[in-house]
Amino acid sequence: MAETICRALRDGAMEGEHAPALTIKDTINTPLGSFVFNHMLTQLTSNILAGKSQSRGIVLVALSRPPSFYAEVLKNKGFDVSSSSKWLRVLDCYSDPLGWKNKLIESGTIRNPYEETVLKTSLCKNLKELDEVLSSIVELGKEIVEEGKGRFAVAIDSVSEILRHSSLPSVARILSHLRSHDQVSCIFCLLHVDLHEAKVASTLEYLSTMHADVEPIVQRTNEQRSTSEDLPMMEQCFKRGKFHVRFKRRNGRVRVMREELYVEGSGIKFTEVSSVDGLTAQSLVPKVQFNLELSEKERLDRAKVVLPFEHQGTGKPIQIYDGRKSLNESETEEKQASVEKPQTTEDSGRGEIIYFRDSDDEMPDSDEDPDDDLDI
Amino acid sequence: MPTGKKKRKKSLRGMDNSLLEEAVGIADNRGRVVVVVEDCVETSGAFVLHHFLKRSLHPDSSDVVVFIAFAHPFSHYDRILRKMGCNLTVQRKNQRFLFLDMLTLECPDRNEREAREDGLLALYGEIEKAVEIYSSLEGSRTITIMIDDVSLMEVAANGSSNHVLDFLHYCYSLKEKYGCSFVTLNHEDIYSSANTLPLILQPEYLADVIIKAEPLATGLASDVHGQLTVLNKGSACDLGGSSSKVRNFHFRVKENNVDYFYPGTRT
Repeated sequence: MAETICRALRDGAMEGEHAPALTIKDTINTPLGSFVFNHMLTQLTSNILAGKSQSRGIVLVALSRPPSFYAEVLKNKGFDVSSSSKWLRVLDCYSDPLGWKNKLIESGTIRNPYEETVLKTSLCKNLKELDEVLSSIVELGKEIVEEGKGRFAVAIDSVSEILRHSSLPSVARILSHLRSHDQVSCIFCLLHVDLHEAKVASTLEYLSTMHADVEPIVQRTNEQRSTSEDLPMMEQCFKRGKFHVRFKRRNGRVRVMREELYVEGSGIKFTEVSSVDGLTAQSLVPKVQFNLELSEKERLDRAKVVLPFEHQGTGKPIQIYDGRKSLNESETEEKQASVEKPQTTEDSGRGEIIYFRDSDDEMPDSDEDPDDDLDI
Repeated sequence: MPTGKKKRKKSLRGMDNSLLEEAVGIADNRGRVVVVVEDCVETSGAFVLHHFLKRSLHPDSSDVVVFIAFAHPFSHYDRILRKMGCNLTVQRKNQRFLFLDMLTLECPDRNEREAREDGLLALYGEIEKAVEIYSSLEGSRTITIMIDDVSLMEVAANGSSNHVLDFLHYCYSLKEKYGCSFVTLNHEDIYSSANTLPLILQPEYLADVIIKAEPLATGLASDVHGQLTVLNKGSACDLGGSSSKVRNFHFRVKENNVDYFYPGTRT
């Protein structure tokens, strides 16, 4: 399913339609959104380098991580960062989003605060002017693609940072402007949902064709941010999460899919949803000092234990009295009766209870009330 | 200097707070760590800050601390650290401890938004200038920036949490170029409404280590003063890797040090 997303981003915009947009959302309980973002970034990069994708390159708007971080991410995935200027431009909104460093240089307080990186970056010194940001994104994109033809992808990490400086309507305007731009192939962005009001997430969902939610494996029942109670659970939340994706088709149909993701070595892996697998189940059992598991030998020993109320048999067929004489029992009794007949005539003074069952339909020892049909 | 490092490690082990050291796990991976300490009204987390302060100013290292104090004057920290065996006055003279007294920082309330920003901008300028000077000196050293505490910074900025977050963002941006570490203290229980919640959540997203000081769930006890929960994201917040771990242990704050122990190991 993560593959489906990557394919949609790779295929890009269709003729006469807006560019597909993906919003990746996470919360502080499972802060794995940036992993998903990096995954999408590297997948799209490899598609671009293989010439499979519609877009020729990526414009990365770096807001919450420095450009050097992305250089490291790409290098770890085995991409040649030194030649990245052919397919990657970074709009650096991280180093100096408000122009403070610029002001400090002008006043002579500091000398050179900017970090150098191998990626080709362009510095944004005023994040509050979103129109300028927009035009620099488009400009950087045009640098990658040849004039007039070709499309580029836009990656924004993260929208939450832009929203701190600008209002929701202006951010929405920028995003829809980018989507409708005829040289944009696709957009994907990251959003930390719990930093904003609920309406922010829904506004961005309206503007995107796919949204991927990273959710905790098990939702906590109490909404309190108390931590000390479920430590194993918390530890899991930093490694694993549910990946919940909604695709919006053109005709309005929505397809929902679920996967699980876990952080591993140098990236993330997506797996089919398993209802309860061993690791989660184990982590859900509270850590106690008793051993709740049985070894194979203990299991066999347990199977051998004879319960005191169980019919032991000891070689003979097990007979359970059900109120009727069983077939072979009645045979032996008949023989006995023929033998003992003279005795009974002698002993006629003894009383006995004779019970005839009404019919065979009646279940022996049935629970039903015998006086049920009484009409009083 | 390998011998110095070894010595330093040894002496750290002897400090009887190995539980915290181990949970934080930055003894080997020096520099570039963002630590967020969160406490609440019932349990103060200031002692964790003191611990990091003492650790950075250890005589065997040459690390530098830039301390931004909104909460207490210099004499307060001096008195506490002296009992812990670390003389701040001397360190200040040795240029290893830069104390920025922000008790009087008031971004004037005369409506101007710029004035608030200017106050924090000037503070940031001071920090960056100091960091630039320290890092240009010879020898390798980690510069640790400490803030005590973020909520009072918000007060100084007239309640504008966005300005505080901007300031923190700029501070974090020093991490890449100069390899600085950060330790900030904040109070978890004063942020509940949607408007102020980002001030506690945003730093958590960016932190490598989150330390929470809480009271015991079972109530007050005379020999246990509270519990620490240490969330170490490991390298997870950077370049993948699932080395994240969560530790929980109890502590007892004593006159000149703090005991850390697992629940149930002290009677």
